[in-house]
Amino acid sequence: MTENILEMRSITKRFPGVIALKDVSLTVGEGEIHAICGENGAGKSTLMKVLSGVEPAGSYEGEIHYRGRPVSFSNINDSEAEGIVIIHQELALVPHLSIAENIFLGNEQARGGVISWHETNARAADLLARVGLKEKPVTPVGQLGVGKQQLVEIAKALSKNVSLLILDEPTAALNDDDSEHLLGLIRDLRDQGVTAIIISHKLGEIAAIADSTTIIRDGSTIETIDMRVPEEEKSTLVPRIIRGMVGRDIDNLYPERNATIGEEILRIEDWHVGHPTQPGRVVVDKASLDVRAGEVVGVAGLMGAGRTELAMSVFGRSYGRDISGRTYVHGKEVELRTVADAIDAGIAYVSEDRKQYGLNLIQDIRTNVTAAALKKIQTGAWLNGNEEIAVAERYRSSLNIKTPTVMATVGKLSGGNQQKVVLSKWLYTEPDLLILDEPTRGVDVGAKFEIYSIINELAEAGKAIIVISSELPEVMGLADRIYTLSAGRITGEVAAQDATQERLMELMTMERE
Amino acid sequence: MAGTSDIKELLTRNLRTSGIYIAFVFIILLFTILTGGKLLSPGNLTNLVLQYSYILILAIGMVLIIVAGHIDLSVGSVVALTGAVAAVVVIGNGLPWWAGVLAALGTGVLVGLWQGFWVAYVGIPAFIVTLAGMLIFRGMTMQVLGNVSLSPFPKQYQYISGGFLNGLLGGNGYDAFTLFLAAALVVVFAIQQYRGRLAKLKYKQQVEAFPLFWVKIIVVAAVILAFAWQLAHHRGLPVVLILLAGLVMIYGFISQRTIFGRHIYAMGGNLQAAKLSGVKTRRVNMWLFVHMGVLSAIAGIVYSARSNSAQPGAGNMFELDAIAAAFIGGAAVTGGVGKVHGAIIGGLIMAVMSNGMQIMGIDQSTQSVVRGVVLLVAVAFDVWNKKRSQTGA
Repeated sequence: MTENILEMRSITKRFPGVIALKDVSLTVGEGEIHAICGENGAGKSTLMKVLSGVEPAGSYEGEIHYRGRPVSFSNINDSEAEGIVIIHQELALVPHLSIAENIFLGNEQARGGVISWHETNARAADLLARVGLKEKPVTPVGQLGVGKQQLVEIAKALSKNVSLLILDEPTAALNDDDSEHLLGLIRDLRDQGVTAIIISHKLGEIAAIADSTTIIRDGSTIETIDMRVPEEEKSTLVPRIIRGMVGRDIDNLYPERNATIGEEILRIEDWHVGHPTQPGRVVVDKASLDVRAGEVVGVAGLMGAGRTELAMSVFGRSYGRDISGRTYVHGKEVELRTVADAIDAGIAYVSEDRKQYGLNLIQDIRTNVTAAALKKIQTGAWLNGNEEIAVAERYRSSLNIKTPTVMATVGKLSGGNQQKVVLSKWLYTEPDLLILDEPTRGVDVGAKFEIYSIINELAEAGKAIIVISSELPEVMGLADRIYTLSAGRITGEVAAQDATQERLMELMTMERE
Repeated sequence: MAGTSDIKELLTRNLRTSGIYIAFVFIILLFTILTGGKLLSPGNLTNLVLQYSYILILAIGMVLIIVAGHIDLSVGSVVALTGAVAAVVVIGNGLPWWAGVLAALGTGVLVGLWQGFWVAYVGIPAFIVTLAGMLIFRGMTMQVLGNVSLSPFPKQYQYISGGFLNGLLGGNGYDAFTLFLAAALVVVFAIQQYRGRLAKLKYKQQVEAFPLFWVKIIVVAAVILAFAWQLAHHRGLPVVLILLAGLVMIYGFISQRTIFGRHIYAMGGNLQAAKLSGVKTRRVNMWLFVHMGVLSAIAGIVYSARSNSAQPGAGNMFELDAIAAAFIGGAAVTGGVGKVHGAIIGGLIMAVMSNGMQIMGIDQSTQSVVRGVVLLVAVAFDVWNKKRSQTGA
């Protein structure tokens, strides 16, 4: 462990108008798990692009030494030839091809130009055994869950004789079980001699797995922390990382709230939702819940429990079929048949997947902010473009969206800023009820705190809020009341002061009796 | 935020849109030189407008269809069908010219409803629906016409595309009315720009530096007046030009400044997000195809009036010219991006090239090759430009 497998020395990378990396150095020891932490936009991804050759040698200043000799990669093939493999947050698998075909995509097991399927599948089976995935090599990747797809990516990396594995937010989309398995696998690989660099926002995870951690802020290295400390010092590590990332102390991750809980805004009873393509499969089963003005209600459930499906089916039946049950808004029974009905009734739904369901990435902030409430900037038959900009400006400053102008393309913003644009869009509809589905997924610590503060302000302003989250501390930190969801059924309702992680987990994993 | 921008910033920021104007000016200059000035002669300018007006009308609708993420391959056949219906009404049954126009427009609406239904409510990709439409409406044209040409149209019908507003205010060999209208247009443009600038300043937004603002107005005014001067010189103001200008303005407004227009862009940019923002995507798609049907009908009327007949083979390949105009004009193949005035400029680039090459006596085969290359280069530029703006983040 004395050898350093990788040394990146004084890397500076400039984009037109911006310095993305300023004199960043990164040293990774052979056979360790090295975590990189930093807020979104801090430069983590750029650093990894430099390392893997996506940003070719010559486009940056500084040196990269790998296994003791200087290297310069001009594309990703060069770095892979050295055994450096990067697995991106958005998985790059072809859903219709089999596991084996995906593993050897671009690296086909061929003899004289003809693919040897026997060898492909046999070698794939070996690799699957190594990563602990119990699936047949011929299964199409599209049939696997995200967690298993992640394992296929790692198997693919192993097929390239990886010696340095880079994982960009590997557990962001995984539930606790899958995360646990994945982290275990990374540990096993380390013991087999594979060095890993892991980028993650989940600090608890980093504390559990990393041997050392480098913190990057605003394009510069802040410090590298040795995580192999005695047990009693472990608890100091996470606060130290947070301090490094945001440049200040965040004493309380969840700000205080001072809201008065008022009348009931939404109540659903006997809510039943069928799967949209598989007849007979029930996704939400006789669910009932209610939420009041000024109240934050948490919905906790594991992946596949039906959280998003519940929310989207209530939001103008945008998910599912054979929906039945009763909806009451302000105590009056209503039928919300379309999304437009739901918006008119004062409901807003902020999706968990902002890129796919929340934003028009090729348009600017301005058009995204007004997209759900265009009627409000209409004068006569025409839209008032100047008023529109003024509205967008207002949200840019009040929600602290970090960009010089509202004419900036949304696709270029960081995750936290994108999330604030989605929030702006829904706040502009002036809803009475906001349903927030995983509001802080892929969002860094600093922006998380800001989003929590916004949630509190909204509750204090008398809005009802439902927060759906798979992170239990988040649900417990935010909500006044928590519903637990398991296999489409509401299995419990717990007041915040009575909630413990164990109690919630027990309810979330409750089997059908 | 308040501030002014200079010309360099304006050009680089809007390279995607300004590039097309630069290319347009370049192509006009090139062919003016190559044709020894004939390109901009009064007679030829008039001819240019008449000859390509129907493609430009189609391009207006096509760019919106493309922005929404669809394509329409049937417009050529719809041009033929609507022209044929008008001919049967006016020539075959001896009804007045306006009955023919109404019948053609009605046919356009029905075509739009038919295609819109399959795209919006059944969920068949527009490529398939309109490919089928291309065959169906071509066949129906032949049936309506009994497989023969119908001609001639009465004078009033021909006037739609062959007519000129001339001599309304007299003039000594120069049509005063055309010049007056152009002058009025310049004044309206200047006032509108100035008011827009004031409103922007009121909302504390960035505006062009004052000299640049004036340069812009003077350049536009000079182009309009020079164009009008040349037209006034010849036969006056073509009726088709007024029709075209009206359509460009109306659809420019619809696309940029109405909720319907915004919804088209939202759907093209991210269909799922649009649905979850309350956009009634089916209704928007339906209306979009009805608009396309009506525009195709207008093009069909103009084309039949110009050729003074309805033929079974009319409008062949028009869809490809309209699609090419939209893409040269900056529409993105993936949807969500594109503007009406861009498509018009794209169409004019094609028109000036074809016309210039015709004057030069270049044969059809070479013309086809050149136009193909231009289309390819235009889209390649668009792709390059997109990559450039992505990596420059």
